[in-house]
Amino acid sequence: MNIFLNFLVASVLAGTPLLFGTLGEIMNEKAGHLNLGVEGMMAMGACAGFMAGFITDNLIIALIAAFAAGLLGALIYAVLTVTFMADQNVTGLTLTIFGIGISNFVGEYMLVNSKTNSLKLPEQITAQISNINIPALSDIPVVGQLLFQYNAFVYLGIVIAILCGIYLNHTKLGLNVRAIGENPGAADAAGIKVTKLKYLNVLIGGGICGIGGAYCSMIINGGVWMSNSVNGLGWISVALVIFASWSPTKAIFGSFIFGAFNILKYYFPKTLFTIPNAFYDMLPFVITALVLVITSIRKSKENSQPASCGVNYFREER
Amino acid sequence: MNNINKKAKEPLMRTVKRAERSKMDTIKLRIIAFVLALFAGGVFILLIGYNPFELYGTIISGAFRSEMAIQATIKFMIPLLISSLGITLAFIMQFWNIGAEGQIIMGAIFSSYFALFHSDWPHLLLLVVMFIAGFVGGGLWGLIPAYFKSKFNTNETLFTLMLNYIALHVISFLRDGPWKDPGSSGFPKISRFDANAQLDKIFGVQFGWVIGLILVVIVYIYIKNTKQGYEISVVGESQATAKYSGMNVKKIILRTMILSGGICGITGMIQSSGSDITLASSVAGGVGFTAIIVAWLANLNPFSILVVSFLFSVLEKGSSVMQSTYGISTYSASVLQGIILFFILGCEFFIRYKFVFRNKGGARA
Amino acid sequence: MSKSSETRYAIELKDISKMFGSVVANENINLSIKYGEILALLGENGSGKTTLMNMLSGIYYPDAGTISVAGEEVTISSPTDAIDFGIGMIHQHFKLVEILNAMDNIVLGTKEKYLKPKVLKDKILNISNKFGLEIEPEKKIYNMSVSEKQTVEIMKVLYRGAQILILDEPTAVLTPQETEKLFAILRKMKEQGSAIIIITHKLHEVLSISDRVAILRKGHLIDTVETSKTNENQLTELMVGRPVSLKIERPDMDEKKTILKVIDLSVMNDDGTTGLKNINFKLKSGEILGVAGIAGSGQKELCESIAGLTKVKTGAVLCNKENIIGKTPDEIINLGISMSFVPEDRLGMGLVGSMGMVENMMLKSYKKNKGFFIDKKPSRKLAEELVKKLGIVTPNVDTPVRMMSGGNVQKVLLGREIESNPNVLITAYPVRGLDINSSYMIYDLLNEQKKKGVAILFIGEDLDVLLELSDRIMVLCHGEMKGIVDAKATTKEELGLMMTGRSLEGVDLDE
Repeated sequence: MNIFLNFLVASVLAGTPLLFGTLGEIMNEKAGHLNLGVEGMMAMGACAGFMAGFITDNLIIALIAAFAAGLLGALIYAVLTVTFMADQNVTGLTLTIFGIGISNFVGEYMLVNSKTNSLKLPEQITAQISNINIPALSDIPVVGQLLFQYNAFVYLGIVIAILCGIYLNHTKLGLNVRAIGENPGAADAAGIKVTKLKYLNVLIGGGICGIGGAYCSMIINGGVWMSNSVNGLGWISVALVIFASWSPTKAIFGSFIFGAFNILKYYFPKTLFTIPNAFYDMLPFVITALVLVITSIRKSKENSQPASCGVNYFREER
Repeated sequence: MNNINKKAKEPLMRTVKRAERSKMDTIKLRIIAFVLALFAGGVFILLIGYNPFELYGTIISGAFRSEMAIQATIKFMIPLLISSLGITLAFIMQFWNIGAEGQIIMGAIFSSYFALFHSDWPHLLLLVVMFIAGFVGGGLWGLIPAYFKSKFNTNETLFTLMLNYIALHVISFLRDGPWKDPGSSGFPKISRFDANAQLDKIFGVQFGWVIGLILVVIVYIYIKNTKQGYEISVVGESQATAKYSGMNVKKIILRTMILSGGICGITGMIQSSGSDITLASSVAGGVGFTAIIVAWLANLNPFSILVVSFLFSVLEKGSSVMQSTYGISTYSASVLQGIILFFILGCEFFIRYKFVFRNKGGARA
Repeated sequence: MSKSSETRYAIELKDISKMFGSVVANENINLSIKYGEILALLGENGSGKTTLMNMLSGIYYPDAGTISVAGEEVTISSPTDAIDFGIGMIHQHFKLVEILNAMDNIVLGTKEKYLKPKVLKDKILNISNKFGLEIEPEKKIYNMSVSEKQTVEIMKVLYRGAQILILDEPTAVLTPQETEKLFAILRKMKEQGSAIIIITHKLHEVLSISDRVAILRKGHLIDTVETSKTNENQLTELMVGRPVSLKIERPDMDEKKTILKVIDLSVMNDDGTTGLKNINFKLKSGEILGVAGIAGSGQKELCESIAGLTKVKTGAVLCNKENIIGKTPDEIINLGISMSFVPEDRLGMGLVGSMGMVENMMLKSYKKNKGFFIDKKPSRKLAEELVKKLGIVTPNVDTPVRMMSGGNVQKVLLGREIESNPNVLITAYPVRGLDINSSYMIYDLLNEQKKKGVAILFIGEDLDVLLELSDRIMVLCHGEMKGIVDAKATTKEELGLMMTGRSLEGVDLDE
C-alpha cells in the first residue's frame, strides 16, 4: 500500500512540469497557433527562474522571472507568426533551438563565473520550494500525503489549470478566443480583436511554459543547476495536449497519468517479468499516437484540435 | 442608439497584400534578408563581447582552413542535405512530415542489423543490402502516418512527431537489450561496426556525399519531369483536383511518404555506417528537425537545398572552432542560428505583403 | 460637419476608391442610401460590389474617399467600428463557428456583459419573433441546414441593433420559396425604418424587392435608377455596357439516342447520410438535360458517381449496354465520358492554380505517353490552340491560372473537356461567377456540342437559364429525383416546389 501511495505521489510530481507545458500549449493552440517551441520556452524559463532564484533567494521573483522568460520566447514566436505571418512549424522549431541554446549558454556563463563551478539554490528559496506542511491536514494518514504534502509548484499548476478552464469555457473573452482558433474570419467579422487576443493567449501560454521550465531546473535536480534540465518534457507536453483533448481540466489528469508512465519503471513489480525501460519511456508517445488515431476515426468535432490551428490569419485575403 | 458622433482614427498600421513579385525580386529580397540576419547575429556577438567580423571570419575560416576542416564540414552536410531532400517530397505534397528524425533512426536501425550480424558478407553486397534496408526502415516509418492520414485524416504533424520519440526509444531498447555490446561496461552501448560494414571514403570523406549529390539531381528530375512528380504537385495543391483527374490520391500519398521516409532512412544508414561506425541514439541528433528548416528556407528546390545545407554546415563546423579558439560555449551557435533564422522568417513577410502606415496612403503596390 | 437634410441619408459614400496590388476594385464611387429603403447593388462578378460593401462593414479599408453614416463623416477601420455605427453585413460565405451553437455565435464579440444561457436564449427568441424569423438558439451550427445558418447570420446583425443591413448574394443558396420568405422579412425591416442594401446579380430579384438600383461595372458606379422605372434589358445594358440579347438559343435536334441510362442509383456519403436515392433517368445524345436543385441535393454525388469518383451503393449506369459502375475514373474518361465540375472556389477542382495552362491541360492526359517521364509538347499545343479559339486572356500559356480572371479560368476548364471529344459532357455550374458575355459564350459552346450529338448533363443554379437552355429538366431534392419535366412546358414555381420536396404527379417525361 505504501509503495502504491508513493507511486501516486511521485506521479503527481513527475507530471507537474508537464502540466505547465501542456497548459501553455493549450493556450496557444486554442488561439489557433501550433507552437512547437514549448521545449524552448520551458528552457528559457528554466534558466531565468533558476538564476533569479539563485541571485535573489526569493521564490516569487524567480517565478516572475521564469514567466517573463517564457513570455519573451513566446513574444518572438507571436510577432513572427501573428504579425509577420511566418510558417508556424518552422518558427516554433527555431524557437526550440534558440531557447535551449540561450538557456544553456547563460547557464554555462554563470557556471564558469561562479566560485565553486557549480550553482546551488540558496537556503531561503530552497525552503520555499520544498514540500509544504499544513498542520493537521498534512498529518492525516494517506490523504495527507496524497493531497497536502506537495511543493508550491504543484498547487500553482492546478490553480492555473482551473483558471485556464474557467477562462476558456466560461468567460466572454475565452469564447472569443475559441472562436478565433476555430474560424478567425468569423471572429474578425464579429468584431473580435483577433490580433490582440492571439498575442494575449500566446504570451500567457509562453509564460506558463516558462514556469514549467523553472520546475525542471529548480526541483528535479535538487536545486543544482544542470544544463538541459527540460530534457524533452516540452515535447511530451505537445503530445499531452492531444491526449487531454485541448481541455485544461483534463490536462491535470493527463499530466499525472503521463507522469506515472515516466516513473512506472521504478515501481513496477519486477517479480512477474522485466519490462525494458525503453518500453516505459515509449508509452506516453504510443498512447498519444493511439489517441490521435482514435479521435480522427471518431471525427468528433468537439474534441479535436481547433479547426484553424496552424493556419495564420490575414484579413484582406482576396 | 449608439453614439455615432465620433471620428475614429485611421488604423496606425495595417497589412496589405502586394501584387505578385517577379522571381528576380524575390531572390534579391531573400539575399537582403540573409545579410540583415547576419547583421542581427553580429549584434548578438557584440553583446557577448566579441568582434562580429572576427567571429564570422573565424567561422568561415574554421570551415575551410584545412583539408580536415573541409572534410568535417562536408561530413556535417551529408545528413542534413539528404534528409532535407526527403522532407521536400512530402512538403510538396503538403504532407507535413515532421518525422524525419524518426525515419532517420529507423533507417539506421534496419541497416545496422546487417552491419552487426552479417558483417561477414562481401563488402559491396553488404553495403548495398544495408542501403536498401535503410530505405525500407525509413520508408516503413513514413508509411505509418501516411496510412492513417489517407484513411482517417489523422493529423500528420502530430503523429510523425510522436513516431520520432518512439523510434528513439527503440534504439534505447536495442542498446540496453538484444544488441548490447557485451564488452561495454558501465554504460551500455552497441558495438562498433566491423570495418567491412563501414562506408568507404572518397576524398577523405565518407561516401555519403556522393550519394547526396546524386540524390539532388535525382530528386530534382523526379519532381520536375516525371509523372509521379507531377502527381505529387497536383495532390499537394488540391486533393479534389487530383481525384477528379483520375489520380489515386491515397496511393500517391502512401508512395510519396515511403519515398520521403525512405530517403531519410538512407540518411540513417549513411550516418551510422559512414560517420558513427555504430548505432547510437544520437544518430539523428536533431538533424531531422533542422532539415525541416533547411527545406523550407530552400523553398523546396533541391539545388537550393544543396546551397542552404552547405551554409548550415559551415556555421556548424565554424562554431566548434569558435569554441576551441575563443572558448565561447558551443551553445552560442544555436543562439546565432536561432537569431539568423528568426530574421529570415520575418523578412519572408515582405515578399508577399507590406505594411501601410497612417496617412501614408498606399493605393499603389 | 454636414447639415442634416430633409431626407436623412443612412449612408453616403463620396469618391470611394480601393486597389488590390495593381487591380482597381473600386474607383470614385459616389452613392447614398436612405433609411426605409431597399437598394440593390447590381453588377457582374468582378464589378466591385462586394469590395465596396466590405469597406462599409470594416473588412477592407478604403484607399481614398469618405463615408458618412446618418450625416456624420466616420472612419470604419474594423468590423467593430461598423457594428458600432449600426451597420451589419450578412455575408455570402457564412462566418460562423461550426462547433458553437447559434446563441454563442450570435453573442460572439458583443460588448455587453456575460448573460446566462437561459436569459440569452429568451432575448434571442424575442428578437427573432419580432421579425418573423425561425431559429433554434441551442442548435449547433454543424447540424444546421444552409437556410438555418443564414437565419443565424441575420440574427447576429439584428441582435446588435443594426439599422443598416447589407446582404451579399443572399438567395444563392435558397429555393424560390425560401427566397420569398426572406424578401417578406426584408420588407418588414424596411417598414421598421432600416436601410437595406442587397448585393445581387439576379435581375428578376432586383426588380422584385428593391426600390432603387445602383449598377457597378468594372469598379465604377454607372448609374442609380428607380426600380419602378426600369426593366431587365435596360439593367443588363447598364451592367454590361452595351445592349445584350438575353435570349439563349435552344436548337432542336431530331435523332436522339439514349447514350447513358441510370438505373436505381444510390450513393451513401462518407458521413453516413444519403447522397443519392434510387435515381433513374436516361441521357440522350443531342440534348441538354438540366439538373435543378438547391445546393447539396445530390448534384455533386451524381456527377462524381457517373465519373467514377464515388463509391456507389446500389444501381447501375449503363453506357452502351455496359455498366460503368466500378470502373476507374481513367477507364470512364477513355469511354468518352467527360466531367467538368466548377466548385465555388473555381480553382479547387479541375484546375491547379499554381500551374500554367500547359500543365493544366495535362491533367487527364498525362498518362497517355509511355514511360516514366511526362511529355508537355501535346499539351502546350492544345493550350495555344485554346487561347486562340476561345479568346482566353493570359500573358502566356505558362502563367499560373490562379492569376486569370474567373471567366478565363472557366474557359480553360471547359475548353479542355471539350477538346477530348466526349460523348457525354457533364458540366456543373459552368457559368458560376462569370460575367454575362462569358456566360453566353459558354452557352454557345454547349449548344455547339449539343448540335454535334453530345449528350449534356447541365447542373446549374439559375432557374431562368435552365429553363431557356435545357430540353428537359430533372429536379433533385435531398438526393431523390422529384421529377423530369419538359423545359418548355414547366414553370419556375413548379420547379421550386419540386426543389423543396414535392414529387411530381402525373407523366414522368423519361420514356
